Amino acid sequence: MSKDRTIKVDYLARVEGEGALYVKVRGNTVTDVKLKIFEPPRFFEAFLRGRSFSEAPDITARICGICPIAYQMSACHAMEDACGVAVDGQLRALRRLIYCGEWIESHVLHVAMLHAPDFLGYESAIHMAKDYPDLVQQALKLKKAGNEIVAFLGGREIHPINVRVGGFYKVPTKNELRELVPNLQWARDAAYELVRWTGSLEFPDFEQGYEFVALRHPDEYPFNEGRLVSSKGLDIAIREYEEHFIEEHVEHSNALHSVIKGRGNYFVGPLARYNLNFDKLPRLVQKAAKEAGLGPVCKNPFQSIIVRAVETLYACEEALRIINQYEMPEKPFVEVHPRAGVGCGCTEAPRGILYHRYRIDDQGTILDAKIVPPTSQNLKTIESDLRHFVPNNISLSKDQLTWKCEQAIRNYDPCISCATHFLKLEIERE
Amino acid sequence: MPKAKRPKIAVWKFASCDGCQLSLLDCEDELLAVAGAVDIAYFLEASRAVVKGPYDISLVEGSITTPHDAERIQEVRRVSTFLITIGACATAGGIQALRNFKDVKEFISIVYAKPEYISTLDKSTPIADHVKVDFELRGCPVNKYQLIEVINAFLNRRKPNVPTYSVCVECKRRGTPCVMVARGTPCLGPVTQAGCGAICPAYHRGCYGCFGPKETPNTVSLSAWWRKLGVNDHDLVRAFRGFNAYAEPFRKESERYEQR
Repeated sequence: MSKDRTIKVDYLARVEGEGALYVKVRGNTVTDVKLKIFEPPRFFEAFLRGRSFSEAPDITARICGICPIAYQMSACHAMEDACGVAVDGQLRALRRLIYCGEWIESHVLHVAMLHAPDFLGYESAIHMAKDYPDLVQQALKLKKAGNEIVAFLGGREIHPINVRVGGFYKVPTKNELRELVPNLQWARDAAYELVRWTGSLEFPDFEQGYEFVALRHPDEYPFNEGRLVSSKGLDIAIREYEEHFIEEHVEHSNALHSVIKGRGNYFVGPLARYNLNFDKLPRLVQKAAKEAGLGPVCKNPFQSIIVRAVETLYACEEALRIINQYEMPEKPFVEVHPRAGVGCGCTEAPRGILYHRYRIDDQGTILDAKIVPPTSQNLKTIESDLRHFVPNNISLSKDQLTWKCEQAIRNYDPCISCATHFLKLEIERE
Repeated sequence: MPKAKRPKIAVWKFASCDGCQLSLLDCEDELLAVAGAVDIAYFLEASRAVVKGPYDISLVEGSITTPHDAERIQEVRRVSTFLITIGACATAGGIQALRNFKDVKEFISIVYAKPEYISTLDKSTPIADHVKVDFELRGCPVNKYQLIEVINAFLNRRKPNVPTYSVCVECKRRGTPCVMVARGTPCLGPVTQAGCGAICPAYHRGCYGCFGPKETPNTVSLSAWWRKLGVNDHDLVRAFRGFNAYAEPFRKESERYEQR
């Protein structure tokens, strides 16, 4: 047997969008790792120029069918920042509520349908359903509870129509909103069980000296607002994002790679949020995490499946809390009058921080736009994980090693549709 | 007795947001039943298992925007008995077809620091511009119940029950007062194909045309009404240049106001 090997996967499955991985191994050393993103570019930042500031939430939602709310929220906040408007009170609460729906829907999709089959050795959740019918059915029902929030408040699950700069087109009455409660109460219990179940899985011993980056807010677990903080001491306002983070364009990828100036790759998403905001989780959620074997800090990306379940439980709790204290606002939105300027927004998409920056004129026409999705911020860290993960597992057969690499990539729930504005796996052993 | 062979379904992705194929996974109540009735033979968003073609039904999401994809769609057509396109990208080129009205080279240099790494076509085009399509299901995103209806119809060799009338019919059926008449809100409903369930007007906003032009739409007349509501040429162009900008009736209407 030659000592050089290449392992390749042409189209990576159970990720959102299209990409490939190429790993080159000489002996026990990985000599090259490339996440190739061949999701075709769609040029959102270019065609946003000349559009109205009010169109940004609906247009940017189309970057990703899995997390449209994240795009709508970051776009709204950026435009409101540019126009000097703050949305608070019940409208702010409803924004958190619809975001809870998206976290539940997206996290449960990934935990049960995309990631769990790796831990249990199935090709897909549909294959898994034959042996674990209750688990899959329960997860589908839980996912549906999240989608019900999005569809109720947003009009539909994918690309909701009710979010606008300044708030919503229409807000529900107190009684209408209360109709969500029974299913959410069931969902909270189901999420608790999901946390416990993910804690029972087996995890490889794996961690690196990551720099975690997430929003942090003085009063709450972050969704829409806060300061950008990191596990290595970063603490900045959202407006200062571009002074600290830069995007690099590399040849093998249609996605841009983000780095922190002077330090390199970093880690965004559920693990980062959890590690930087554990103290903001309600006691019940902390208790569930502890029962599943997590401390206040978790650095093993394979355990992100537990953290996603923990955040699902949190989102159910938070949704119930918001509904409980809801009073219908007088107006469904705050008037936002355009003025010339620059606005920034950064919110916590299910996969991590999503940054938008727009420059608009006094008519509200977009002059330029910059969008940095969570997956492009994680790409360098995923490549780095594989560089370290492959040598530890080099004795596996090619098929098994390939599958393990796919699993390591899926730890990040990569959304390639987003990152291009990303997977095919290729491992070459020299 | 030999077991009846289950029909094989494949799901393909071109330039898109993944939302339309996600609609299948969003059929939480129906997914396992669908998976029982058919062999989901190729669906990368959901499964790493790949069953070789040919396939009885191919669902195609996304538009053609790269030389590589223009070749790949030919291969998909070759291995498919029925090819069904799903969503505004596949049926009209999608929001990324806004490049069709501009110079794509300028677009590349706006987004990417090293344009030489990017391989792309001048235009984003619907699948039917490249291969024969057996059915086009509209929407940005598609309606998941319509999606199940279309799969069901093709499995049973009947015509899908997907109406081509306007959103107005759905508003009337839903009992939503007309937002143009009652609120003076500009609405694309009269020229847009039904299928969403007339969601926007029910939330007090005008339809923005995500299901594309209805059969024989009178866009000129609707534009005249919009002007009476105070909409200028510039905003009319933007209204028709949305998620179905490159669908012919919307494209022509937008060009009419661009020239003035």
